[in-house]
Amino acid sequence: MQLTGAQALIKSLEMEGVEVIFGLPGGAILPVYDPLIDSSIRHILVRHEQGAGHMAEGYAIATGRPGVAMVTSGPGATNIVTPIGNAYMDSTPLVVITGQVATAAIGTDAFQECDITGITQGITKHNFLITDVNDIPRAIAAAFHIATTGRPGPVLVDLPKDLSQSTMEWWYPSTIEELDLPGYRPSVDLDARSIEAAVALIAQAERPVLYVGGGTLKSGASAELLAFAERTKMPVVTTLMARGAFPDSHPQNLGMPGMHGVYAAVTAIQKSDLLISLGARFDDRVTGKIPAFAPEAKIIHVDIDKAEFNKVRRTNVAIRASVADALTALDAAGATPKGLGPWWQQIDEWRAQFPLVYDAPTEDGLLRPQYVIESIHAAAEPGTIVSSGVGQHQMWASQFWKFEEPGTWVNSGGAGTMGFGVPSAIGAKVGRPDKTVWCIDGDGCFQMTAQELVTARAEGIPVKIAILNNAYLGMVRQWQEMFYEERYSEVYLSADLPDYVKWAEAMGCVGLRARTVEEMHEAIRQANEINDVPVVIDFRTDAREKVFPMVAAGASNDDIMVHPLQREA
Amino acid sequence: MAPEPFLGVTDRTPVQHHILSVLVENKSGVLSRVAGLFARRGFNIYSLAVAPAETSARFSRITIVVDAESAPLEQIVEQLDKLVNVVAISDISPKDALERELLLATIRTDVNSRTPLSDVVANSGAAIVDVDAHSITLMLAGTPAACDELERQLDNYDTVELHRTGRVALPRLGTTTSS
Repeated sequence: MQLTGAQALIKSLEMEGVEVIFGLPGGAILPVYDPLIDSSIRHILVRHEQGAGHMAEGYAIATGRPGVAMVTSGPGATNIVTPIGNAYMDSTPLVVITGQVATAAIGTDAFQECDITGITQGITKHNFLITDVNDIPRAIAAAFHIATTGRPGPVLVDLPKDLSQSTMEWWYPSTIEELDLPGYRPSVDLDARSIEAAVALIAQAERPVLYVGGGTLKSGASAELLAFAERTKMPVVTTLMARGAFPDSHPQNLGMPGMHGVYAAVTAIQKSDLLISLGARFDDRVTGKIPAFAPEAKIIHVDIDKAEFNKVRRTNVAIRASVADALTALDAAGATPKGLGPWWQQIDEWRAQFPLVYDAPTEDGLLRPQYVIESIHAAAEPGTIVSSGVGQHQMWASQFWKFEEPGTWVNSGGAGTMGFGVPSAIGAKVGRPDKTVWCIDGDGCFQMTAQELVTARAEGIPVKIAILNNAYLGMVRQWQEMFYEERYSEVYLSADLPDYVKWAEAMGCVGLRARTVEEMHEAIRQANEINDVPVVIDFRTDAREKVFPMVAAGASNDDIMVHPLQREA
Repeated sequence: MAPEPFLGVTDRTPVQHHILSVLVENKSGVLSRVAGLFARRGFNIYSLAVAPAETSARFSRITIVVDAESAPLEQIVEQLDKLVNVVAISDISPKDALERELLLATIRTDVNSRTPLSDVVANSGAAIVDVDAHSITLMLAGTPAACDELERQLDNYDTVELHRTGRVALPRLGTTTSS
């Protein structure tokens, strides 16, 4: 069967089971958009290529399947660089297809030419520039294989226009060998000695903590984690990337550790004698000052990526495996710590003394952002998916939403990409149309990618956006208040410019505004009744509100600052 | 900030250097991926040599002398191993390595300098490979130390140009490498 390169590309995506592509056409990718008309694959036409990338990420995080985005060359490709970098930092499986100028024009500074494989070399798991039309099926199959196996990540495939227009005899690789990846070995046999060593360490532990990272979600290990944690009775902390991996309602869950972590979670790690890292990577936002991080703890480090071992903290026992396989093996080997009674007693004291708190409603009527989040959560059905941008609202969402199941928290962790919230919510809703999807956003973040609500309206994707509008770039404002003597530099945005309600309406969405507690509950009620179009709510919140607890950048986790309400006079 | 990767000639071999013999797929852009990884992660390259490998035209071998003071060797190896085009890595410690490199130098000469220079060439095991009325070009294929020594002796002469290839290495017979 003779196919054009463009047809072969679309057929390859069909072979990989792709159900949706987020994209925007242009000159170099134009030939591929023609056979797309005849394909069963849904295409979602975004308004900016960054939106396509973040939607693909949201889709991948909510479904566990790889997200697919397709854009043209040059600026189309550079516009999707941020989502690629974001997916790389958060190990999200993504396949990004970029058009490229014709093979003969490469290197001539042709119109809309850019070296996108060079640009994305450091932020993709791998990338391909296709140079032969017959290689299209192999490149696509390899891209999906690499993106989804081992430690997942983004893979970019750059396709010159002349190859899309050439013809080839259709084939598709049916074995891993045909992918021709002699240097790629993502799977390993679990080393039984590492399990034995871990069991021995666990047996001596009196103050262990299960430090649960994003890899636990990536490997689908929530059931194994629950079984292991309940049998061993060890306390659990879930990092920003692992929210939902272990139920927040579970009494063993201490919550999120790190710079804005729950006091008990941060302090339990600090005082632990054994830290069992499950797909976490000792990020600086978790460790704080590294030499002062959990100084008495021995480390058992479970990761599928062996480059994570000893990268930040010396490991006592490294277990190279998926989190699910490692937990199954540890459970089978009967890993059991000592009696944890005194440890739990201590932890429960911390929990009782320093729970997450926030102030009562302000006298001037501005909403507390934490209360808005708790109110949305209280009115949301179980299993609701929440996305967020990056900043204060993200930290509050992670702190005050109660996550009970995997795939319900969609956020930008490692890269900290403002503007991630709206498009990732749209992608999540596309992947999980059965679920309600809320985006907890900030006013600064919303302004970066809001135009994708036009996409959402046009494509019939009813997401709900809660803007916590404090008129500021709130996290930067917080740092300037605390560390720059309240010298506020370039952080004021205004609560009324733009008019978020009118903007929402102009994009075909329902726009609501809430200034008081009564208006807030009414707006949430209305939003929950609307299931055909996107809803945007402009919640007016207090700009003076700060995220606590907080460990200052570069400080030791021992120097955690609790909420002012919890400080002694 | 990480120092710039060093890709040229120096007489200061890092005390803690290691030799990585890296088998890679012979595809366009692979050298850039390897060099880019070192730059990105702040690892220092002391010297680098690349050529087709013995196995087949599909593979090339990159010999990288790394400054193991700039980053733990384990991190360098593990990050390198994650590159999809990297097929195998052998870590050869300096004491187990047979290292060789090639030095080419063009020296401006006059009647006074030719004779002593000829002695330098003879004593160092170098060879004269080109001559004209005003200069000679010599070469030495030898250990990095021998090349260092010759370079030092040539300091006394009017060197027009001097190039070193960077070393290639194989493990000494009877030793094992880790990979």
